[in-house]
Amino acid sequence: MTVRIELNGEPAATEAATLAELLDEKGYDGAVVATALNGAFLPKGLRAAAALSDGDAVEVVAPMQGG
Amino acid sequence: MDFYGFEPSSRLFLGTAQYPSPAVLGAAIRASGVEVVTVSLRRESGAARAGQGFWELVRSLGVRVLPNTAGCHSVREAVTTAEMAREVFETDWIKLEVIGEDDTLQPDLFGLVEAARTLTGSGFKVFPYTTEDLVAAERLLQAGCEVLMPWGAPIGSGRGLNNVFALRAMRAHFPGVPLVVDAGIGLPSHAAAAMELGYDAVLLNTAVARAGDPAKMAAAFAQAVAAGRAAWEADPMEPRDMARPSTPVIGRALLGDA
Repeated sequence: MTVRIELNGEPAATEAATLAELLDEKGYDGAVVATALNGAFLPKGLRAAAALSDGDAVEVVAPMQGG
Repeated sequence: MDFYGFEPSSRLFLGTAQYPSPAVLGAAIRASGVEVVTVSLRRESGAARAGQGFWELVRSLGVRVLPNTAGCHSVREAVTTAEMAREVFETDWIKLEVIGEDDTLQPDLFGLVEAARTLTGSGFKVFPYTTEDLVAAERLLQAGCEVLMPWGAPIGSGRGLNNVFALRAMRAHFPGVPLVVDAGIGLPSHAAAAMELGYDAVLLNTAVARAGDPAKMAAAFAQAVAAGRAAWEADPMEPRDMARPSTPVIGRALLGDA
């Protein structure tokens, strides 16, 4: 079933049922990233249990240069 | 002096942003001998995976990372960013920035104290980016911060120490607290001046990253910070208004008309 979400601020459609599946589907497999679901931090260990629904906002962040 | 139990051999901390290339960033960090560098978190694309290469580079340098919450304007954003940073970078250190005003990038001291209290409560070791305000500093310590990082001048301005009077007062007011001048440094002489005031370390980014030769400038900063620290330890003289001959007057030959 297709779910319509926002991924890093962009509309996205996914067949993934959970956040863990979403990361695999969108090319993040093996990447060092942190995730937030609807504005709240979602730890790595909880991604497989985090079901996605229409309208969910997902943020995926990674290390970047900083001052 | 230690920062949450960590005693760096270099009192210079460097940011990792704005370098012309990753190779130049690596060269600057190696040339300066810094052991603590700041990093950040940004949206990652599953196609580009841009952050992965950067993280590999930083890991290869063998330095300790201090993740920041740069760009956060609210307590909630800053706390969530800190939580994500702790997982990604596997450290409980966080350079806490809660920005209150966009022209000066001045910290929102009220939000800063609130975010600091929340984060120390969940085990973070908070390095708050603050101003020279003594009351805010006291509140940050009460909130569980064991390091304070007042600005020298607005981020990226390169103006040096805008308020030496207040920075000196802060040093005198908190003799046992590790203090880091963070932001606004433009030249090695500014960094040396901060260390001569008795600050424990200096954190800067743009002055090195935007120099024509970042590695050479990074090394210059390392020397300036070491010199300033040695000067503080050597107990500098107090300035005075009147001249005082440094060469002894007694025994001077009587010559000419005098």
